[in-house]
This record gives sequence, structure tokens and C-alpha cells, in this order.
Amino acid sequence: MAAPSLQADPNAASQQHIRRMRRRALLALRYVILIALALLFLFPILWSFINSIKLPAEALAVPPTYLPSEISLQNYEELTTYGKIGIAQHVYNSAIVALITVAGSIVLSTLGGYGFARFDFPLKNVLFILVLSTLMIPFQSILIPLFVMIVQVDLHDTLFGLALVYITFQLPFGIFLMRNSFLAVPHEIEESALLDGCSSLSILYRLMLRLVLPGIVTVAIYAFINSWNEFLAALIFMSDQDNFTLPVFLTTIRYGIWGDVNWGALQAGVIVTIIPSLGIFLALQRYYMDGLMGGAVKN
Amino acid sequence: MSSAILNLSWEQRRKLTGLLFVTPTVAFVMVFFIVPLIMTVYMSFHDWPLFGERAFTGLENYQELSNDRQYRKSLDFTFRYTVLVTPPIFILGFILASLVRRNIPYIGIFRTIFFLPVVIGLGVSSLLWVWMLDDRIGVFNKILLDFNLVPKAQLFLGRPNTAMNVVILSVVWKTVGFTMILLLAGLQAIPDELYESAEVDGAGYFRKLVYITLPLMRRFIALALILSVIGSVLSFDQFYIMTRGGPRNSTISIVYWIFNNSFTYFKMGYGAAMSIVLLGILVALTGAQLYVLREKE
Repeated sequence: MAAPSLQADPNAASQQHIRRMRRRALLALRYVILIALALLFLFPILWSFINSIKLPAEALAVPPTYLPSEISLQNYEELTTYGKIGIAQHVYNSAIVALITVAGSIVLSTLGGYGFARFDFPLKNVLFILVLSTLMIPFQSILIPLFVMIVQVDLHDTLFGLALVYITFQLPFGIFLMRNSFLAVPHEIEESALLDGCSSLSILYRLMLRLVLPGIVTVAIYAFINSWNEFLAALIFMSDQDNFTLPVFLTTIRYGIWGDVNWGALQAGVIVTIIPSLGIFLALQRYYMDGLMGGAVKN
Repeated sequence: MSSAILNLSWEQRRKLTGLLFVTPTVAFVMVFFIVPLIMTVYMSFHDWPLFGERAFTGLENYQELSNDRQYRKSLDFTFRYTVLVTPPIFILGFILASLVRRNIPYIGIFRTIFFLPVVIGLGVSSLLWVWMLDDRIGVFNKILLDFNLVPKAQLFLGRPNTAMNVVILSVVWKTVGFTMILLLAGLQAIPDELYESAEVDGAGYFRKLVYITLPLMRRFIALALILSVIGSVLSFDQFYIMTRGGPRNSTISIVYWIFNNSFTYFKMGYGAAMSIVLLGILVALTGAQLYVLREKE
């Protein structure tokens, strides 16, 4: 079935033409299906956004309107004074928890990953397996003692206490990822520095950090998105409304704790909450996918 | 060139340095994973209120499990939910992965769009869906009524059957992108030549699917299924936010029931005993996952 001989045959040529047309039609069909599905997938987010920019009264209309009669940011303005303290405090709470979680996860995963990748010490394998084995323990099953412990040291109802718990949830994945990142760096790079008498810490800081930066970015993205979105632990560990993170605060709107459910404000809150994680994901998608593949498939 | 003693001390220093590097991490894992794990077991043998006296009660909490009708109901519900939600996630995930497999122009945009809901928190996505499903101001009823598909507004979350279905719909939207990416990785690992030679032999779509695609990506399929099952067994947010466990306590998942006992009724010892059961289920599932992934080596 060599191509040149086929082309000489007019019959085969028209057959080839038909085949090409069919392939094009199939490709067009594929795009039609893809676009239809994409619209369905985007619909909830778009719908939420559309409603967040309706006038508050229109956002509560029964039955709802499809498009806003007037574009307004009033729902967002209402959020700033919503509940006891307004949304700014809750954005702050979520941001601080995320920041501590990101910083803690980066520092601990980098130090640990470097230690496990580059050094030999007694019990190394035991300790590494110990760290990784915690991947098998879902945090949902140890929340009760975690709560008791956090209460004991007076860290419940603090942003720091919640962040400590989140850092722990990130560690097994972070260590695994950072160890692999360090293992991928050729030994020769540090050897000359070691011979020059540089300390291990300065080698890590001056030489290695740059080389394992993609891994660090991945750890940071996961730490941010997971802590920003987490709901159950935040619900348990925070009892003072002033300390609620965004998802818990939004749930109080949905449950009508501040009076009638203000759906327009709720949708404005949903948009405020999803923008940071969507933005970070879209900006750093490659690193996110690296982590997904490294974490889920290769371990 | 240096003396043996100096050499040895350098080695020892390396060992010490390595140990120092991993100490913070190991300490964290010890304090926040291992200690709580042991404490869960310990607490499960106690009557443990938030305040007041704790008392050793032996196996009483575990005996209570067998008399707790809601616990049975929750186990049953979680199991049913898992069985019902897994196939649509998997099948739609597979269809999406097949659709975005080839690198045709703009395909990256579609992959990204299908994956977007995964990055949104389940709690927030549940808040979005509970509003879209509302009987008065929800968009679903609006569309169904406008197209005369229903005679009157439906209380989707008000009846056990429809509540289950719409929660599943929302979770499929939220999580299917993750399954898609796993299966996409599996699909892309299959060399094109295999399909080409099968086509030469006259194999159609289904024969290629059954004899090439599915067997060659069985590890990815197993991984996608297990991760999806683990997620479902641990479900909480969607029921706490969308159905509040109702109607008539019909949608209280196992984690939800542990949450209620431990943090609403403050029967923490009892909650710990249930956590042990949950842990057992999950260790078995993760064990299966590790076994599947090990096969390759």
C-alpha cells in the first residue's frame, strides 16, 4: 500500500478524497461536541458571576431572570459589611492561613526532601516510609484527636493552629515531590562546592534551590489551593465567627445565620472565593499538572 | 589524604546533618499524624466528652455501633452513594479523555475548561449548586419550566431520590476533570502504532477499545476508580451544605455522622470508634491502590 502507486490510480485518489472529507467532518463534529461540553462545564461559574452582578433585588427574583437588567456591584458592596465583620476579614483569614500553610509546606518539604535525597543516616528508610505511609491516613479519620490536641495547647480558634494542621496534610506529598526533585539534580553540581568546604545549608540555599524551583512551585500551589478550599477542618477548628475562613463564612450565609439567605451576596462571595484558586491554577497550570502526575501516578 | 579519623568524623557530620534536615518534617508527622492515630485508638476505648470526666469503657463504644441505627444507615448510604457516583464520573471522564486526547488546535483550552471545577473547593461548588437547584430562585427549575419539561417547580433536594441524583450531578461536575486527566495520561501512553496495525487488520472502534485501550491502561483505570471511591467514602461537604443530611436524615454520610457525634453531641470517644472503622475501610482501599501501582515494577 505504497502511497505513490495509489495516487496514480484515479479511483483510489477519489477514495482518498472521500476519506479526507470524512476525517474533516469527524473533526468538525468533535469540535462541536467539545464546545457544547465546554459551555456546560463553564455554565455554573458563569451563572454565578452573572448573578453576582445583578442588582440585589433582582438576584432574589422568583423566578430568576436570565440576564441582569442592570449591571451592579452592589452585591459585592453588601459583602463588605455582611455578617458580623464583613467579607474582608474572612478574605484576610483565608489568606493568612494559606500563607502560613504555603510557607511552612515549602520550608519543611524542601529541608526534608533534601535530607532524604542527599544524605545517609540511621533509620533513613524507616523514617521515609513513616512519612509516606501517612498518605494512607485520611485526615478525616484523625480529626477528633487533632481537635483535642489543638484545644489542649490553646491553638483552636486561631489561624495559626488551623495552618499547622494544613501543613501536616501537605507534608507527605510535599516530601515525596521534593525528594524526587533533589534526586533529579546531578551529584556533580554539589560535589565541587562540598570540596570547597561550603556548608550543606549554604549549598542548599545558594545552589540547589534554583534547581528544584519547579518542585517548590508545585508544592506551593497545592498548599495554597488545598488550604484555601478546605472546609471540614476549618469548620471544626474555628468556633468564633471572626476567625471563619471563606468557605465556612459562605456557609453561614447559606444557612441564613444573618437573617434571610442573601443569594446575590452569596454568589458574589462564591466568585471572590474561586478567583484566587482559579487564577493561580491558570497561571501555573504546568506545575499543577506535574504535581498531579507525580503525586498520583508515580508514587 | 586526610587521616581515617578525620574522614570518619566528616561522614558522621554528614549523617548528623541529614538527620537534622529531616527532623522538622518527621517531628511534624509524628505529632500530627502518628500521635493522633494512636490517640484515636485510645479514645475509642473511652467515654470522652469535650469537657468533664473521661472514663475508660472498654469496648462499649464498639458495642454501641451495632445498636446505632443511624450509623448503619450512614454506612449504607455512603456505600450506595459511592456505587452510584463512581460510574458516571468514570464514564464521563473516559469520554472526555478520549475527546481531548489528540493534540488538535485549541485542545489545551478544552482540557483546561473541563479541569477547572477541580480547583474550586467542594464546599464552594456545593454552595453554587444548592442555589442553582433551589425550587424558587434556582436556574434549573427556571429552564425546566420555560421549556415545559416539568409541570411545576421541583424540590430537587427535598426528596431522598432526587437529592441523591442532584448531589451526584454536582460532584460529577466538580471532580470529573481529575479522572479525565488520569485517563488521558493512560491513553497517551498507548503507542499509536498499535491502533494503526489493528486498523490494518480491520478492527473497529469497539474491538480496539476492548483489546487495546482498556487492557493497556488498566493501571490508570484502577487508579482513577480507587481515588474516586476513596473520595466518595470520605464525602462530607456536599451533604453538609446541600442537603444538611436531609430529607429525614437520609443523606448523612459516614464522615457526617462522625462529625455530628464528635462535634455536635461531643461524644468524642464514640466518634473515635467510628473513625477506626472508617480508617480500616480506607487502609484496605489504599492498600488496593498501592498493589495496583506496584504491578509495573
